[in-house]
Amino acid sequence: MIIKLIINNEEKEFTIKPGDILLDVLRREGYKGVKKGCGTGECGACAVLLNGRAVNSCLVLAAEADNSRIVTIEGIGTTEKPDPLQESFVEAGAVQCGYCTPGMIISAKALLNKKKDPTDTEIKKALDGNYCRCTGYVKIIDAVRMAVKKMKNK
Amino acid sequence: MPDKKGSIFKKKAKEEPVDAGNLKYVGQSVKKVDGLGLATGIAGFVDDIELPNLLYAKILPSPHAHAKILSIDASKAKKLKGVKAVLTYKDLPRIAHTTAGQGYPEPSPYDTFILDNKVRYVGDRVAAVAAETEQIAEEAIKLIKVQYKVLKPVLDMEKATEKGMPIIHDEKEARTIIPLNYDPKRNIASQVKALTGNMAEGFSNADHTFENIYYAHYASHAANETHIVITYLDGQGRLVIRTSTQVPFHVRRIVAERLQLSESRVRVIKPRIGGGFGGKQEVLIEDICSALTLKTRSPVKLHYSRSEEFIASRTRHPQRIILKTGVKHDGTITAIDMDVLMNTGAYGSHALTVACNTGSKVLPLLRCENVQFKAQTVYTNLPVGGAYRGYGATQGYIAMGIQVDEMAERIGMDVCHFYKMNHIKVGETSPVFKALGEGREGVLQTIESCGLDQCIEIGATAIDWYAKKERYERQTGQIRKGVGMVALMQGSSIPDIDMGAASMKMNEDGSFNLLVGATDLGTGSDTILAQMAAEVLDVPVEKIIVYSSDTDLTPFDVGAYASSTTYLSGYAVIKTAEDIRSQIFDVAAEMLKEKKADLYVKDSAVFSKKTGKNITYQRIGLHSLYEKNQHQIASVKSHITHKSPPPFSAHFVEIELDMDTGKVKVLKYVAAIECGRAINPKLAEGQTEGGVLNGISYALTEEYIFDRQGRMLNSGFDNYKLFYPADLPEIRTILIEGYPEPTGPYGAKSVSEICINGAVPAISNAIYNAVGIRLRKPPFTPEVVYTSINK
Repeated sequence: MIIKLIINNEEKEFTIKPGDILLDVLRREGYKGVKKGCGTGECGACAVLLNGRAVNSCLVLAAEADNSRIVTIEGIGTTEKPDPLQESFVEAGAVQCGYCTPGMIISAKALLNKKKDPTDTEIKKALDGNYCRCTGYVKIIDAVRMAVKKMKNK
Repeated sequence: MPDKKGSIFKKKAKEEPVDAGNLKYVGQSVKKVDGLGLATGIAGFVDDIELPNLLYAKILPSPHAHAKILSIDASKAKKLKGVKAVLTYKDLPRIAHTTAGQGYPEPSPYDTFILDNKVRYVGDRVAAVAAETEQIAEEAIKLIKVQYKVLKPVLDMEKATEKGMPIIHDEKEARTIIPLNYDPKRNIASQVKALTGNMAEGFSNADHTFENIYYAHYASHAANETHIVITYLDGQGRLVIRTSTQVPFHVRRIVAERLQLSESRVRVIKPRIGGGFGGKQEVLIEDICSALTLKTRSPVKLHYSRSEEFIASRTRHPQRIILKTGVKHDGTITAIDMDVLMNTGAYGSHALTVACNTGSKVLPLLRCENVQFKAQTVYTNLPVGGAYRGYGATQGYIAMGIQVDEMAERIGMDVCHFYKMNHIKVGETSPVFKALGEGREGVLQTIESCGLDQCIEIGATAIDWYAKKERYERQTGQIRKGVGMVALMQGSSIPDIDMGAASMKMNEDGSFNLLVGATDLGTGSDTILAQMAAEVLDVPVEKIIVYSSDTDLTPFDVGAYASSTTYLSGYAVIKTAEDIRSQIFDVAAEMLKEKKADLYVKDSAVFSKKTGKNITYQRIGLHSLYEKNQHQIASVKSHITHKSPPPFSAHFVEIELDMDTGKVKVLKYVAAIECGRAINPKLAEGQTEGGVLNGISYALTEEYIFDRQGRMLNSGFDNYKLFYPADLPEIRTILIEGYPEPTGPYGAKSVSEICINGAVPAISNAIYNAVGIRLRKPPFTPEVVYTSINK
């Protein structure tokens, strides 16, 4: 079957099989920033924005996503024009191995799209589906706070 | 301005450590060189490439903990459409090896085969399939018919050596390749003994003696990226292994040996790595995937599922430690006797060295003349132990960190004071350094930098130690609080064994390619190595283009383990950059018509002290490549270490304990760490915070639960409880500066492992402070705590 998606503001059509998982389709189509950590919706490495909501793409059937808007990490910013969240993650030291980083940034983005000035508890809650072994989360939370400041000053 | 950037490698450093005021790039929290690529999702991990005709590999795992394979019939699997290869033990060379990614000759026993006719734990590999899709591969492994003769398993490490127990490694090939005390017939994977002083005398001089049993349990590294490898053939038919590894050069050597290839026919590429923590210091899946590529001539990918990662990768070795000590009224420690029993599971990966480190990274912390250390590592039919951040020290500090608290309490001395009185000081050595090495005698060393007193003082203030400790001793009510602390040391590299090398070349725009064998697996080593090169050459870090770990392109390095990269590979980079600087001076001297001795570098240019004449790196680069006496400014240098200076740390924790449920919650955790000079403070803090949280969840929630057949019951993130952002307590890292290590690159020591060792003992001590019970067997789950307080 064929599905239509708007990915990172570009219209795309993909041929899929009914059982295909969105994560696998996205990776197959070149969105390699979407990572696979567990495949069971427990780690958040595969998070994407699906119609504005952060979801684990390993738990979504590609067919379900037909006609929706998806933002992957590649759509958040680039090395030339990074999003304040991406800059802050680097500046705060929130990136270690970087495998969880795309998913973390997606979850943080979903939060900041809704709330301009979240509390620490709200930040922790928004990121609570994202697992990281490297950082102890300390600098990840710092990074989100830093991005909030950056966005205010813009 | 004179050149202040003279070689810090020569003796000079010993007398006058580099003044922090002169440093421009080292000691700065420079942004990670790969940070933005990772944050934008474009940095390439193993799986982030596309290869035509890629096949997917799957492993058939053993359903039994201990069984002989009587027959294997793969004919149905082979006939399934889309299946390209099926391998069983009959198809592969039978070469005993160790999966431990250690230097040659490895001190781990050679007791493993790519595939064998016997399985030794639930999840052990039986056969492998390569197929056109993952689904076909999964279907195919189900079609392989195996007849097993189920054997009695050994599931209790404390009974493994008892008479009548089945022998797990009864194959004739099992052996060690260096003379070690290996006894597989008794399920013993390693044994070691060390004694200094006189134990009887030590204990007879004691006013108080202590003896208790402590345990350390299984844990998963739980790196976000599970083990993954992609293998393919290059344009010359050479085998290329793109793998998530901490030890690319060991992968090349060991896979070549297992598959009977020459190293020249193998290339190993380490792209970005999604975390390792020791779990990837293992040559685990590269061999079987390579065998499938050699058989099919196609690219093959093998990617562990999370469940496979828990069961069939590597784990923290469980231990039982019997610790006996003797102490005088005044706090003098008269004797320490540590007896370790370690479970290595079905194979002896790191079986000797992890056990040795339980002694060698723990015992030297405390001054004592009479020390005995015994360790025995046994095989069981359970998941396999391996390198895990902390590497035996984590286990050892559970025993030592809790017993020191008991000692201090008994003699009525504050434990902070007890540590300050007893810890090893600058200018001192410990007989244990020499007595315990890595499969051979250790290396005698004298401590040249130690900021532990300051760690203890600053950490105690940060948690408000003295007031809280006293207040929490007398509590009633449902919710109780407690504080606990522990002092720690680790090492930096394996002296006289580990080697790291770097190469560097200069480009015409004044930039430099820095190629290192050192393996950045998320730690930030690419960045701190670039900072050191930038410091020597006085160029912005962006001008150093780092490429790490590709066996065709970069020079050798043992890899990322033993807390070695900063201390070991860092020096290799400094030596290389110094040689480059010297070659730059040669060209500049010619161009400026000045004496080389009068030149110094500053801001990407060479200046003459005498005349002030100067010339930019860009001009020098262009000149050297195109204009006159054309040549490539390039260098390669190696480094080995002769000591392993310990970083020091003091950890303090405040907890809350619910008497009704037994739940322990960490309120605040302070880690004060002295790691010499932190090359990049933010990255050093990040290492510490990650290690601390890993330690906390190991102490409170992480555990392997087995059924009676040795099957792990909780091999997923849903029921193996890790900490997520909402679980995060307040963690404060305090880097103690001002103690540069004279032998360290720019005064640096290691930072990555020490931080994981504190949480279990500190939390146990805090529970004691809160409710007066000693817990010596983590994890301190609500069930364990509740049962203990209601005994």
